[in-house]
Amino acid sequence: MTDKKLAIIATKGTLDWAYPPFILSSTAAALGYETQVFFTFYGLQLLKKKMNLKVSALGNPGMPMPMGMDKWFPVLGTALPGMESMMTFMMKKKMKAKGIASVEELRDICLESEVKLIGCQMTVDLFDLRRDDLIDGIDYVGAGSFLSFAGDADICLYI
Amino acid sequence: MADQELDARGLNCPLPILRAKKVLNGMNSGQTLHIIATDPGSVKDFEAFAKQTGNELLESAEADGEFSFVLKKG
Repeated sequence: MTDKKLAIIATKGTLDWAYPPFILSSTAAALGYETQVFFTFYGLQLLKKKMNLKVSALGNPGMPMPMGMDKWFPVLGTALPGMESMMTFMMKKKMKAKGIASVEELRDICLESEVKLIGCQMTVDLFDLRRDDLIDGIDYVGAGSFLSFAGDADICLYI
Repeated sequence: MADQELDARGLNCPLPILRAKKVLNGMNSGQTLHIIATDPGSVKDFEAFAKQTGNELLESAEADGEFSFVLKKG
């Protein structure tokens, strides 16, 4: 068994950016790593009981769009009302068809496999987030506390 | 015959590994787990999983687009 440690800082709150921290931490836990994920700023959206994560093509020229839409759809068109919901719907549909886990499922596996999920207390204050709206079993700490774990980690990622 | 079977067909990374780990948790040391997957990435992933977790990869084979693995719990 490995005695490695993985520390991740999750800063983004969109559907696409939700995957790297949850995939890596759940897999690391399966490999026997001790794992902590520190959720800060928009990353705290990933700890909400009811996640309403979206994906946006706006400002993201690298995002492949269905039916070759990226070839003829003007960049500003991605800002139209309803585009975000449509892109999110299509992305989720594609993920399901390809057997990719939902973010909720990966997060549940993280909790089951004792990945330590940590909320940034400063962000909770900043955005007036209610702890009741976030999942149970979260520790709320600051940078100093996270660094005491990250300082000993074999891998530290900022996502 | 393996002691346990896991059908991971249609599942994408990292689910085959995560499901396998879950089944292994409920098994005894020395018992074997047979996994069938369709994710091409799972070939290297199960090698790495075995190396890092101390579970032995007894078998890794491909036939008709399906990948078959046998893990022995360490």
